[in-house]
Amino acid sequence: MDVKITKGVDIKIKGIADRVYANISPSKYYAVKPSDFHLLIPKLIVKVGDSVKAGDVLFHDKNMERIKFTSPVSGVISDIVRGAKRKILEVVIEAGDEIQYKEFEKRNLASLNRNSIIQDLLISGLWPVIRQRPFSTIANPDDEPKAIFISAFDSSPLAPDNDFIFHGDKDLFQLGLDIVSQLCNGTTHLNVDGNSNSAKVFSNAKGVQINNIYGPHPSGNVGVQIHHLAPINKGDVVWYLAPQDVLTIARFFKDGKYDASKIVALTGAKVKKPRYYRIIQGMSITPMIQDNLLDGDKRFISGNVLTGTKINQDGFIGFYDFQISVITEGNYSEFFGWLLPGFHKYSLSRTFFSWLNRKNEYDLDSNTHGEERAFVMSGQYEKYMPIDIFPVHLIKSILIEDIELMENLGIYEVDPEDFALCEFACTSKIPVQQIIRRGLDLIKKECS
Amino acid sequence: MKLMHNILNKIKPHFEEGGKLQTLYPAYDAFETFLFVPNHTSDSGTHIKDAVDLKRTMVLVIIALIPCLLFGMWNTGYQYFSQLQEGMTGFQDSYTNWEYFFFGLCKVLPLIIVSYVVGLSVEFYFAVKRKHQVNEGYLVTGMLIPLTMPIDVPLWMLALSVVFAVVIGKEVFGGTGMNILNPALTARAFIFFAYPTKMSGDKVWVNQAGSLDGVSGETALGELATLINVDSSNINTSNIFSQFSNDGIYSLSNAFFGIIPGSVGETSVLAILIGACVLLFTGVGSRIIMFSMFFGGLLMAYILNLVGPETNLFMSLPPIHQLCLGGFFFGMVFMATDPVSAAQTTKGKIIYGFLCGVLSILIRIVNPAYPEGVMVAILFMNVMAPLIDHYVVQANINRRLKRIETNE
Repeated sequence: MDVKITKGVDIKIKGIADRVYANISPSKYYAVKPSDFHLLIPKLIVKVGDSVKAGDVLFHDKNMERIKFTSPVSGVISDIVRGAKRKILEVVIEAGDEIQYKEFEKRNLASLNRNSIIQDLLISGLWPVIRQRPFSTIANPDDEPKAIFISAFDSSPLAPDNDFIFHGDKDLFQLGLDIVSQLCNGTTHLNVDGNSNSAKVFSNAKGVQINNIYGPHPSGNVGVQIHHLAPINKGDVVWYLAPQDVLTIARFFKDGKYDASKIVALTGAKVKKPRYYRIIQGMSITPMIQDNLLDGDKRFISGNVLTGTKINQDGFIGFYDFQISVITEGNYSEFFGWLLPGFHKYSLSRTFFSWLNRKNEYDLDSNTHGEERAFVMSGQYEKYMPIDIFPVHLIKSILIEDIELMENLGIYEVDPEDFALCEFACTSKIPVQQIIRRGLDLIKKECS
Repeated sequence: MKLMHNILNKIKPHFEEGGKLQTLYPAYDAFETFLFVPNHTSDSGTHIKDAVDLKRTMVLVIIALIPCLLFGMWNTGYQYFSQLQEGMTGFQDSYTNWEYFFFGLCKVLPLIIVSYVVGLSVEFYFAVKRKHQVNEGYLVTGMLIPLTMPIDVPLWMLALSVVFAVVIGKEVFGGTGMNILNPALTARAFIFFAYPTKMSGDKVWVNQAGSLDGVSGETALGELATLINVDSSNINTSNIFSQFSNDGIYSLSNAFFGIIPGSVGETSVLAILIGACVLLFTGVGSRIIMFSMFFGGLLMAYILNLVGPETNLFMSLPPIHQLCLGGFFFGMVFMATDPVSAAQTTKGKIIYGFLCGVLSILIRIVNPAYPEGVMVAILFMNVMAPLIDHYVVQANINRRLKRIETNE
């Protein structure tokens, strides 16, 4: 099927990764961060000093013991970082020289069925790669999803190019799709970028429904794709996962071990040489950024600049992220910044004179360019919202915590990331994603 | 600039928690952020943000108002001197445009100063009391209010209307962004109903017209209103109506360029359209509302023109001429488009704007008690806007519910 999206925009930010792989010596430190998994309450299994193999359980979901989280590498648990109220933030593993894998039972690929796949994914710690909408939490293995969505492209700013990453992985990806599509009686959707000719690995995939999605960001967001292809009503559940995770699943069933390697892009205006890296899940970003940064204050983000998580210079890449962004930290004041012509400023509106000399890319920084205010402008969010909802009315219904109104206005169809562009464009600097998240959490709490 | 920054940093501790002037922090903050866009970095959600903020948006509206303001000053002087010397030949030679402008400047500036000083004082008071930041909304309101006033309005009356508009029109609802009515029109409506002698009639629209004998400072619409239900063959009536012909003082070109008596900023359609271009190009003003209101007004004027009885010469005025008189364009470009009090949804905006236009002309022509209907029409539609939005949003909700039914 073809889906054409007209609302949205591709932000012109500097620092896209060159299509080359950089060689680095792997980091000694890896971490699994419970905060990557929304609403998860972890129950620790290991303690500092324990030795683990790749695939050994580190912690599991307190509410659903079957959902386990395993170590991506072998080594020794070197630290368990806790935050306020002793909340577990990071389980840090110091890796040994060579990765030793835990042996899982090798299955006959022909005799796999839904239950056995789910069981294997659960024990290997691979289950968390499958998330669900609404709520974007880890999928509940007892649910029957209406459909499975895989967005083969990422439309967010400076996103890694999957056509490049998947080069030569055709058979492995097809194997992964064959396994994943058995998880659901409904359709498995593989959504490819309609704006350019997608790589054969995606466009020739079998056993799934291939949809061409046209248009600017957020066309690559699964939420937008789900809305147009299999809209979620109250009570529906749709599962989704990232294309690289399809490869990880395929590797697991092929080799019987948890091989958590993945390819990430190091991007952003503060990176000397933005490139692609072959790393292992949860790696510290230190080796990637070493001697590879420009001067000045920087912000490190696991993920993209719209939805990613702020991390430290020696932080770890998030479980669901395939990109590290390093941008300028905008901790400067600007004299009469709101009054001057602003020839160099990036704005989606024409309120600054930068429309006179539009550049192809801008060094966008983390300054908020103003303070938070009440809603004043109208019609602004709608320009960047390709989902048939009224964004401002939905946000206001969340602010007054009216659950019935939220449901009526379509909260089940949205996710914070779908509102990222609205938040970027907002004149009143309203923390839109945070509010949407609060609304979803409120409903989740009421439902359980 | 560096010096300024250092001074601010030096006095900041007094206003922060524990300082002597802690309660005045919102005032300090307003001053600091006026001079410097603050060094805040995003701490949740998107790590990058668009360069535009509310201060920028508001200052663009003020820039869009400048042509109206400058022309209004010139026209104030021009109307005064032309009425003063009415009947004397060659008066145009005895005064220069700069003299008109300077005279107007001296008359209009006090209005602006009073409006800003009083309005901002109230805003700061509420910000300090409620411990929130000072919102930028009043920057625009404070400019709009003097532009909608007759030149002779007493300053204390203006101050009173500003206080009424800010407190009752805005702050009781929670401040900028929460108000139901357009604050600037609330101020005008307050004077209109509380002190009608200063806001209507034939003696207020030209400076000192009241003290000069034989001066007709009537607005075009005021004159037209006297034509309703009057025999058109009456000599007096046709004399009045002849002022609207091509060489009369209320001719279409005079109305378009704005060389007629009226509120300070409303007379010149040309100046307003320059402002409209700024608003439309920058995207600050809603083009949907502007165009739908224009078509609503045009359609209503056209219909009344078609059905108008012989005895009502008011209706026989051509529709475009009708729209160029009074405050229709000013209301359309600067008042109806106020994003807070207008409808919020796209469909809602079309309906809202269209009805604003229809009602403006309907009230103006059909109801002789209000020679101008734009203010009342927009205020009425401000009240109705949430209702319009409610039905537009309800349609979306129903569409979603229907989807569930068809699935089952």
